[in-house]
Amino acid sequence: MPVPLPDLGVPMADIQTLSGNRLRRDTNFFRKNKLVIMPMVFIAPAFAMFSLFVIYPIIQSIALSFTEWQGIGPKKWVGLDNYRLLFGDPVFWTSLVNNVYWLVLFLLAPVLGLFVALFLNQNVFGIRLVKSLFFFPFVVSQIVVGLIFAWFYDPAFGLLATMLEPLGIKIPAILANEDWATFGIIIAGLWPQTAYCMILYLTGLNSVNPEMIEAARLDGAKGWRLLVKIVLPQLRAATFIALVVTVIGALRSFDLVAVMTEGGPYNSSNVLAYYMYDNAIFRYRMGYASAIATILFLIMDVYIAWFLMRLLKNEKGAR
Amino acid sequence: MKHFKTAICAGMIALFASSVSARDLVMNANTSDPAQKQAMEDLIADFEAAYPEIDVKFNLYDHEAFKVAMRNFLVSDAPDLITWNAGNRMKVFVDLGLFEDVSDVWEAEGLYDKMPAVVGASSVDGKQYGVPYAYYAWGFYYRKDLFEKAGITETPTTWEEFKEVGAKLNAAGITPVTIGTKNLWPAAGWFDFMNLRINGVEFHADLMDGKVAYTDDRVKKVFESWAELVKADFFVENHPAYSFQEALPFMNQGNAAMYLLAPFIVSMFPEDVREKVEWFPFPIIDPEVGIYEDAPTDSFHIPVNAKNKEDARLFLAFAAKADVQTKTAGTLDMLPPNVNASVKDDRFAKGGFEQLSKANGIMQFYDRDTDPALAKVGMQGFQEFLQNPDRIDQILERIEAERARIYGAL
Amino acid sequence: MFPRPIQDSSRSRQLMYKVALPISLVIWLLPMIAIVATAGRSLSDLNYGNYWGIPSEWAFVENFSAVFGSSSIGVYLLNSVIITLPSIVGALFLSTLAGAGLALYKFRGRFLILALFIAGNFVPFQILMIPVRQLTLDLGVYDTYWGVILFQIAFQTGFCTFFMRNFIADLPFELVEAARAEGVSEWNILIHVIVPLVRPALAALAVLEFTFIWNDFFWPLILIQSDELRPITLGLTTLKGQYISSFNLLAAGSLIAALPPVMMFFAMQRHFIAGLTLGASKG
Repeated sequence: MPVPLPDLGVPMADIQTLSGNRLRRDTNFFRKNKLVIMPMVFIAPAFAMFSLFVIYPIIQSIALSFTEWQGIGPKKWVGLDNYRLLFGDPVFWTSLVNNVYWLVLFLLAPVLGLFVALFLNQNVFGIRLVKSLFFFPFVVSQIVVGLIFAWFYDPAFGLLATMLEPLGIKIPAILANEDWATFGIIIAGLWPQTAYCMILYLTGLNSVNPEMIEAARLDGAKGWRLLVKIVLPQLRAATFIALVVTVIGALRSFDLVAVMTEGGPYNSSNVLAYYMYDNAIFRYRMGYASAIATILFLIMDVYIAWFLMRLLKNEKGAR
Repeated sequence: MKHFKTAICAGMIALFASSVSARDLVMNANTSDPAQKQAMEDLIADFEAAYPEIDVKFNLYDHEAFKVAMRNFLVSDAPDLITWNAGNRMKVFVDLGLFEDVSDVWEAEGLYDKMPAVVGASSVDGKQYGVPYAYYAWGFYYRKDLFEKAGITETPTTWEEFKEVGAKLNAAGITPVTIGTKNLWPAAGWFDFMNLRINGVEFHADLMDGKVAYTDDRVKKVFESWAELVKADFFVENHPAYSFQEALPFMNQGNAAMYLLAPFIVSMFPEDVREKVEWFPFPIIDPEVGIYEDAPTDSFHIPVNAKNKEDARLFLAFAAKADVQTKTAGTLDMLPPNVNASVKDDRFAKGGFEQLSKANGIMQFYDRDTDPALAKVGMQGFQEFLQNPDRIDQILERIEAERARIYGAL
Repeated sequence: MFPRPIQDSSRSRQLMYKVALPISLVIWLLPMIAIVATAGRSLSDLNYGNYWGIPSEWAFVENFSAVFGSSSIGVYLLNSVIITLPSIVGALFLSTLAGAGLALYKFRGRFLILALFIAGNFVPFQILMIPVRQLTLDLGVYDTYWGVILFQIAFQTGFCTFFMRNFIADLPFELVEAARAEGVSEWNILIHVIVPLVRPALAALAVLEFTFIWNDFFWPLILIQSDELRPITLGLTTLKGQYISSFNLLAAGSLIAALPPVMMFFAMQRHFIAGLTLGASKG
């Protein structure tokens, strides 16, 4: 990645007028151009590290997706074969569909988060502690969340089955059932994600203008209309961030799948991120795995592009 | 303790002003179950006692994490010794040139005569690439008290008897078989045995080598027999929710009577349940077919990129000794490959040993005998079949597609 | 549907709210409460299927000491600290520099660089697995703390730079202009003008990054092989193999693993939330 060219227009204007020895000229050159050189100096270390460990490996992985490789031994160039196989692979399509489920259902997190935030947005004794306790599933590692929910769902001795049994409700073994497994994992994922969105909205609610609410109320707005017309527009920033983190979280979903079902039963709860890992680690198909990762990367790019465009628009407005 | 030992060792070296310095031997192992961990730590302690100048550095991995890490460390920062499995799993790495040829150890220690049962599984093209420390039989672990409760006095030896046992258990309100298929491989044990009992070892070996289609009628026949059990409610519900250990409480609590598994399960039974557990081999299905068994073999290997191969060879030789194998296999509840070692004096080890002595042929295990990618697709298919026996045609077509991708069209 | 302050409602509604609050909290935290209860259950209860009934005895002390006594969990915890702290310092250092570089100067391509940092931070990180492993091998840091630390610094720098850049861009630019007019060098502007102002952002980021890096499972799995170097998340899966039928011990181990980030969160709550919600109230 070449370092972008500095904007030469302004600072290099009268470089010829400089005189004196070379050293002085250099210092002067530096001084004149420090507004161009310094940012380069500041950015260079971070950019170098980031290029080396993130950007370059992405390019390598994409290149790898055109090869067949066991992880060790020689690589074999196979062109688009991996992609051709991928599009004929039923597990790939199952995983893709599950990713869509993740994406759609994960969008409940901002909604639920908003309602929890509205519910908690009161000033009563101990509310700060309650808010913290509502939030803290987000702080716990996903590995732990997955373990917790796997026990919670267990059909023989899980808390859920134990609680529903006296009511005469017999639930299916959620993580063992091809129709339910994905949703069971998504619910586990919604737990910390809702907490995250809740905290975003709680902060957003702090800056909601109470006078506007009052004015709207005097105009007769209430209930749903008040929320949609008056409150939500003021929470637009919080909604934006909540959507971004939720979409990214949904597409990256991996830890929970890995610890709860490993994609099973028979791939019914697989997602692209895990199927990629599964192919690389358990089937030693690095090229194929890279092809899956590349597809996931392309899907993610749509959101990244949307995010960046929105960001850029804001920047232009701000300055 | 280890530091103390190292200190003494260092002191002795100083005393004799010898040029030998403390030697590190790095070992990476996947023996993370409690009994396996114990066995390996004992083995290392004994080795260090026999060779005080060598300091063994022991890195323990979870089974699955080991598979990941192995592909990393073998090509890079290789340890001096690893635990792994004989058979096709070993061959994969031999073919990649990552395992050291240790035929010299076999030669020097006379292991060809001492470990006849595992020579084949340790060899690729007539050379040996590892030294087994334990192998084991698969079979049914069952609760004798529950059998009696259901009015069963004898263990089944034929398919008809087996189905009858199941019917009686079901009638008594006991699920005949517990199984946890979350790990997938417990289902593969069933497939292996049914295929071996119905089609024999040659067919099974061909299937593992990708030389037979999964859509073959003989394979379908296996699933037809298996489906009889599924449809007669032989298996616990919701088995894909459980790992193989998590399916065990059904037996502990008396809700299920049998478990087709291997000896590593023995130490996992609570003390009082273990007293009631007995063992019998997989029943005969077709009397025309010989007795063929799965006998997975665990072994030590030296990576080609190891730094201290000399001491690693000392370790291999040490681990192959009769008395050492007696102790290691005993702790593991498994069988010592060395014929001069003694089999642990309990009903499980004895029963397994006896069954393997009778066997006319031996395989390793489904996911050790066939290509890893095919094994995964195959085992997922078995799991799906156990839940939905009616989907068998689709399932076999899917496995066949993977076989064809790997081994080519037939 | 914007709730009025509850104080304005009738007494009965206030009471209802105060009752609903703890009930909803218990429902919300039910899975967590379950795991705490399991961590205190004795093995004999579990073996006989008494998973949720009244425990025959509470065994918190026994279980927690069993976990510390029979596993390397103490070492795992220490390793997590050894990996997490330098990663945070490194990422904060690099991203403060880069954030200032991107926020204080106008040059062509700055949006491209910022976009790369953001985009790279969003990638499905599994895509990096194979090449990064190879890279640490080539650098000779495979299976050392440094392998994970370097990667974490690099990867987290993406997010941190984005964060710092936004924070610095929101500072009053006049301060910088004034300093420049007085001939203060750019470096000194950064050290003496910017850094004191971004302290709250640094605190927020530090707490946030602590959680991210502490809870990470994937990279230690790929980049570390020695048992004595493993952090707690990786150690937890080793425990999972070891304690498979002893849910109580695994539950205790999980709680131990979860405790440091939770403590960090409660101690530094203000910073944590400030970090997470930067941009949620504006922008």
